Amino acid sequence: MLKPFIAVLLMALVTYLPRVLPLVLFRKEIKSTFIKSFLKYVPYAVLGALTFPDIFDSTGDYITAIVGTIVALFLAFREKSLVIVAVGAIIAVYVTGLII
Amino acid sequence: MVLSMTSEELQMFNQKQFTYGFRKGLPIAFGYIPVSFTFGLMATRGGLPVWLTIFISLSNLTSAGQFAGTELILTGAGLFEITLTTFIINIRYMLMSFSLSQKIESKINIKQRLIFGFGITDETFTMASLKQGKLSYAFMLGLITGPIAGWTLGTAMGALVSEALPLSISNAMGIALYAMFIAIIVPPSKKSKPILFIVLLSVLITILLKYIPVFSFISGGFRIIIATILSACAGAIFFPDKEETINNSEEATAC
Repeated sequence: MLKPFIAVLLMALVTYLPRVLPLVLFRKEIKSTFIKSFLKYVPYAVLGALTFPDIFDSTGDYITAIVGTIVALFLAFREKSLVIVAVGAIIAVYVTGLII
Repeated sequence: MVLSMTSEELQMFNQKQFTYGFRKGLPIAFGYIPVSFTFGLMATRGGLPVWLTIFISLSNLTSAGQFAGTELILTGAGLFEITLTTFIINIRYMLMSFSLSQKIESKINIKQRLIFGFGITDETFTMASLKQGKLSYAFMLGLITGPIAGWTLGTAMGALVSEALPLSISNAMGIALYAMFIAIIVPPSKKSKPILFIVLLSVLITILLKYIPVFSFISGGFRIIIATILSACAGAIFFPDKEETINNSEEATAC
């Protein structure tokens, strides 16, 4: 288990550094409207790219994944909490898997 | 305003800020449980010991990066490949950290930055950036406490029950991570056209890079970086400084 353990330490390091370096290095306020707007939009862009299309490969079956995605989108559109959306999608995938 | 407070008033203010942050972090903490549960399942099913699986969540505290890194560990990939892939997926945290560096109170010192920075995730960042006004150190500490506990606890539960759980359930749980991302991006996209545009553009770019054969040399991590930079740039060009639109969506994501 030594190699996996070292791998995990390295993963932790390259996860921690991007989180703290900008916080430590940039202490002045940015005035540029462009940069400010860009930074505000980053999380939405990242999460969109992380979710689609990979969500369709997440359950081992396209049909169950599509049903789960539709349920997640519907619940999120109704502004349900993180837990409800996650659990709702899991149940939808599981039930669809039982039916097909 | 803080300068004129006595030390007792300051402590009260800090406690309030911590509690407020903690409450904002609770929905994230609960949302993390099914996702980290899935991670615990996946890692121990793959052959990692329970302690290492829990240690991954505690030390990495990230979704996409540790899922990818752990899969590589399980397939026997080299240390360099594991580290580089994880790093590339996590580069997005630099953008978030950079953004937060503009939003936190400037008096927060380096040691405090090194501490609360550990807890920046897609979800805590989104919550922090949607909060009105400057962010205090106490608020940030409160915000990250629940999610760290939820992420670790969920992993431990998944790792411990993995033998007992049928495959059909663990397959279904694979969607949890993505469902959580959907829960974060849909409400603001509903209220703000610029955000909807940016999300759709980012997805479109990712799909093009993934399925057009010319781009097949671009790995998954780089696809996400390219899509993020291009679409957030397009957003900044076409919809500059839409401060109000974004802040309006606070209530939606908060509950």
